[in-house]
Amino acid sequence: MSENKLNLTLKIWKQAGTNAPGSFETHKVTVSPDASFLEMLDELNDGLEREGKDPVAFESDCREGICGTCGLVINGHPHGPVPRVATCQLHMRNFKDGETIYIEPFRAKAFPVLRDLIVDRSAFDKIMYAGGYVSVNTGGVPDANAIPIPRDIAAEAFDAAACIGCGACVAACKNASAMLFMSAKISQLALLPQGQAERHQRVEAMVAKMDELGFGACTNTYACEAECPKGISISNIARMNREFLVSKIVSKLTD
Amino acid sequence: MSWLFRSLNSSVGKKVIMAVTGLSLISFLMIHLFGNLTLYIGREAFNAYVDTLDIIKPFIRVIEVVLAGIFILHIYNGIRLWIENRNARPVRYAVSGTAENTDFSSRTMFVTGSIIFIFLVLHLSTFWYNFNFTGHPETGSHDFYTIIVYWFSNKLYAVAYILSMALLTFHLNHAFQSAFQTFGWNHKKYFPLIKKIGLVYALIMGIGFASIPIYFSFICGGNQ
Amino acid sequence: MIKLDSKIPEGNISEKWTNHKFNMKLVNPANKRKYNVIVVGTGLAGASAAASLGELGYNVLAFTYHDSARRAHSIAAQGGINAAKNYQNDGDSVHRLFYDTVKGGDFRAREANVHRLAEVSGNIIDQCVAQGVPFAREYGGLLDNRSFGGAQVSRTFYAKGQTGQQLLLGAYSALNRQVALGTVKMMTRKEMLELVMVDGKARGIITRDLVTGTTEKWVADAVILATGGYSNVFFLSTNAMNCNTTAIWRAHKKGALFGNPCYTQIHPTCLPVHGESQSKLTLMSESLRNDGRIWVSKKKGDMRNANDIPEEERDYYLERKYPSYGNLSPRDISSRSAKEAFDDGRGVKGGEAVYLDFSDAIKRLGKHVIEDRYGNLFEIYETITGEHPYETPMMIYPAPHYTMGGLWVDYNLMSTIPGLFVLGEANFSDHGANRLGASALMQGLADGYFVIPYTIGNYLAENKPDGLKNSNEEFAKVEKDVNNITNRLLSINGKQTVDQIHKKLGRIMWNKVGMARNEKGLKEAIKEISELREEFWKDVKVVGKADELNQNLERAGRVADYLELGELMAVDALHRKESCGGHFREEYQTEEGEAKRDDENFAYVGAWEFEKNGKWNLHKEELKFDYVKLATRSYK
Repeated sequence: MSENKLNLTLKIWKQAGTNAPGSFETHKVTVSPDASFLEMLDELNDGLEREGKDPVAFESDCREGICGTCGLVINGHPHGPVPRVATCQLHMRNFKDGETIYIEPFRAKAFPVLRDLIVDRSAFDKIMYAGGYVSVNTGGVPDANAIPIPRDIAAEAFDAAACIGCGACVAACKNASAMLFMSAKISQLALLPQGQAERHQRVEAMVAKMDELGFGACTNTYACEAECPKGISISNIARMNREFLVSKIVSKLTD
Repeated sequence: MSWLFRSLNSSVGKKVIMAVTGLSLISFLMIHLFGNLTLYIGREAFNAYVDTLDIIKPFIRVIEVVLAGIFILHIYNGIRLWIENRNARPVRYAVSGTAENTDFSSRTMFVTGSIIFIFLVLHLSTFWYNFNFTGHPETGSHDFYTIIVYWFSNKLYAVAYILSMALLTFHLNHAFQSAFQTFGWNHKKYFPLIKKIGLVYALIMGIGFASIPIYFSFICGGNQ
Repeated sequence: MIKLDSKIPEGNISEKWTNHKFNMKLVNPANKRKYNVIVVGTGLAGASAAASLGELGYNVLAFTYHDSARRAHSIAAQGGINAAKNYQNDGDSVHRLFYDTVKGGDFRAREANVHRLAEVSGNIIDQCVAQGVPFAREYGGLLDNRSFGGAQVSRTFYAKGQTGQQLLLGAYSALNRQVALGTVKMMTRKEMLELVMVDGKARGIITRDLVTGTTEKWVADAVILATGGYSNVFFLSTNAMNCNTTAIWRAHKKGALFGNPCYTQIHPTCLPVHGESQSKLTLMSESLRNDGRIWVSKKKGDMRNANDIPEEERDYYLERKYPSYGNLSPRDISSRSAKEAFDDGRGVKGGEAVYLDFSDAIKRLGKHVIEDRYGNLFEIYETITGEHPYETPMMIYPAPHYTMGGLWVDYNLMSTIPGLFVLGEANFSDHGANRLGASALMQGLADGYFVIPYTIGNYLAENKPDGLKNSNEEFAKVEKDVNNITNRLLSINGKQTVDQIHKKLGRIMWNKVGMARNEKGLKEAIKEISELREEFWKDVKVVGKADELNQNLERAGRVADYLELGELMAVDALHRKESCGGHFREEYQTEEGEAKRDDENFAYVGAWEFEKNGKWNLHKEELKFDYVKLATRSYK
């Protein structure tokens, strides 16, 4: 473990509430390269609290890169400069002594800032309410092995299902589009036999909901895939597009 | 048919409009380039080619109207998407990472598209206008080859033309594979190939179209 | 005076649940929508319960302090979920899963509950598959299984190293469907701060909206707590940052008995602490122990780098002490042995870590095989520590991971407060003194999908809707209590931050109520914790206001509750004069240093009734073992 501490200048976005104006606040910190990025903020906050000042509001929970709660835009990159790593697993050894780091919230119309670096991502849940499920009640389902699923299909569905719903795709997309997030769920269920019954209405309802919530449209820049901490593939967006087109053409749904 | 309108008006629908119109334009460009390349065979060949087009004029007019429609839809839809997409992020980032997480062609589609549009206006107001209505701007001659020579003897015009073709290359490079992605034809095995084909196609178009002003303006000056 | 009645149904163990389901009262389908049920917590237990109750037709209000139901810490479970499917034809059965779980829990769980858990385990897998959970599969398309600690059969279903995530997203999807149908109302970013009781029954909760700071009153016919465990009492644990005891602790102070608070599981394979700023501990899957060898230097305070310590100076202590199980010894034993090494000054560079070495496995199997098996775990390790496990041995450290204790519940999962049900890790029920790997997910989903939908009906059928409104004076009174605590926290304006005090508490808990406990240490801990509590209420500094998004205030309230719970854990550990599972008392061990149970005097659930801070009354639920023979756990 390294001994040399890093001296850093942080430019942190501060905003009292959704409708309040925001601006950057500058803090100087000295931190161990072994600390995580969020531990650096913890320490900063502890110091601020000691002085009776308002700490920087940011969210995190599992700190293992799986719950999807954390998410800061660090020097223009959601979850920071290291690919396939969520903010909570980003460590300070990836930064250089003397560096200035800009920390901003995810910015999107559909993700209003609640305070400082915390945004409201409930729009994601609303997309899921629109159809991100298989309609089965508890009980009365067939035996688990009654539906054989080829291993590669199961693996592909898993890769789509690995999405942690953090919103980095929206934050990275220049159009603040939620298509990577949404397509991951549509893909998972379109690949699996369990999802076939509702395949058409699912994709139509979810796309309609995303549009309604103020996300942008995809222009295939693939920034989402580049910044996704779980490496969710843009081939899911392609599959969603295909599902959508096929559904619009062949399904009996009139909406 | 309201379902159709609503479908095309959705986020995926708008992408599909871009892709369908874009692919149509891509096909048109290919034919256009083949026609243009007759310039290299010589004055007679080129004039013969243009004369052939003249024979099927009514058909060409229909094609032109359809093309114009496609262009307008492509441009209108592109602008609409650009505005809506900008509105989806009302507060911009102080530091942007797009230079690192996207490639140049993909993030500049609106800019390259807008400049290509300006080029298009210039292009139509010179070649297309002269060919169809006025003939040679100075002599009124309907020797089309000389019209080409006339315009490209203007070095500034030629440079603008060449630069526009460079931007067109970038625009097409993203456009081709993007259309496949939009239609959902993204497969692990084939998509890298599609991207390569798109790049090669874009380069052929860009170099092919740009070679003409280069040739006429800087190599032989049209005096062959 | 509370009398504990576990309400275990009559009959043979394999018929109890079937008979009970038939004997319970039902609520007519048309009447279900007249009942309101509050579910607090949306992890595996809470989400599955809320979804299932919504499907039945109840009006459900589901609460989470997260921004979305999908964030609950169940999501971080890695290994898998057990089920007695016997898909592998290796001799598994409901009875074997039941037996393994009772034995693994060191004979401190209630037989009837565990048997029911084993009975419904298969249904859970069916349910999850139907929802589209992408479990790992064989080439033929059927489900794959792996084996896990404490069992001799392969019964663990998994989805890579993200089983908890996939199961939670399955339950979350079922919940979302009910939200869309309008049977469940999702209340995000609202934290339960109090239970409201009317006429001795649980009738609602008070929440604080974490964005606006407003307190709100919610009324219901029954309240379900599925709020997880309390390992964060140690400050450093593998639990998520926001995991807390507040919901169950406030219910406890309202009269719900707390069962076996001292049973905590310390997981042996976590990443070591890097320094003072460490915020939490990261778990590395236990599966690493299949190929890794655990060792420390034979010399005390050996400051050499791992690769400079020659083979003959290394002590592979698990292999030495437990030749038959070796590096795969159960979690409690493995953790404790590591602690012995630290205490002896033989931890890595004299500190608190031991080596987990893959060099032999790499030599034996080749790097690619190891990469195949553990590649992603090695990557995580490298991301966090900056070291490559292929080149230098991993360093691991034991960390608080799971709490077997929780609110006492009867067979119906109802606490001692009528109408208050407790599910998942928040209750004490199924794991006894030690939980086996891949059993937590099983219990959470069993409780939520297959137990509570039946048992709550039985309660509700007898407690008809009475039109109670949140304008009832009891709600106003409790809301006022909540606001008083908030205002008090904000007005102290002392010198220490909440985290500073939490870290102090963690240190006391880790050193004295951790992996190995003794009478002296526990007595000191009780005194120190109560002093620290006083210090907290005099000297803590909480900034900001009540009516805004205030994370400092949120943490302060949680730590205040930990400062009370911590003492109860020590009290329980002190009273339990035996060693069992995760509870190891140094005075009660065999000559070889193994845990020594005292079945004659301690084969009971210690259920504590809150009287006032620092004073609890013990109630005992005697445990009877009619189907599993009491035996000493041996892994030699």
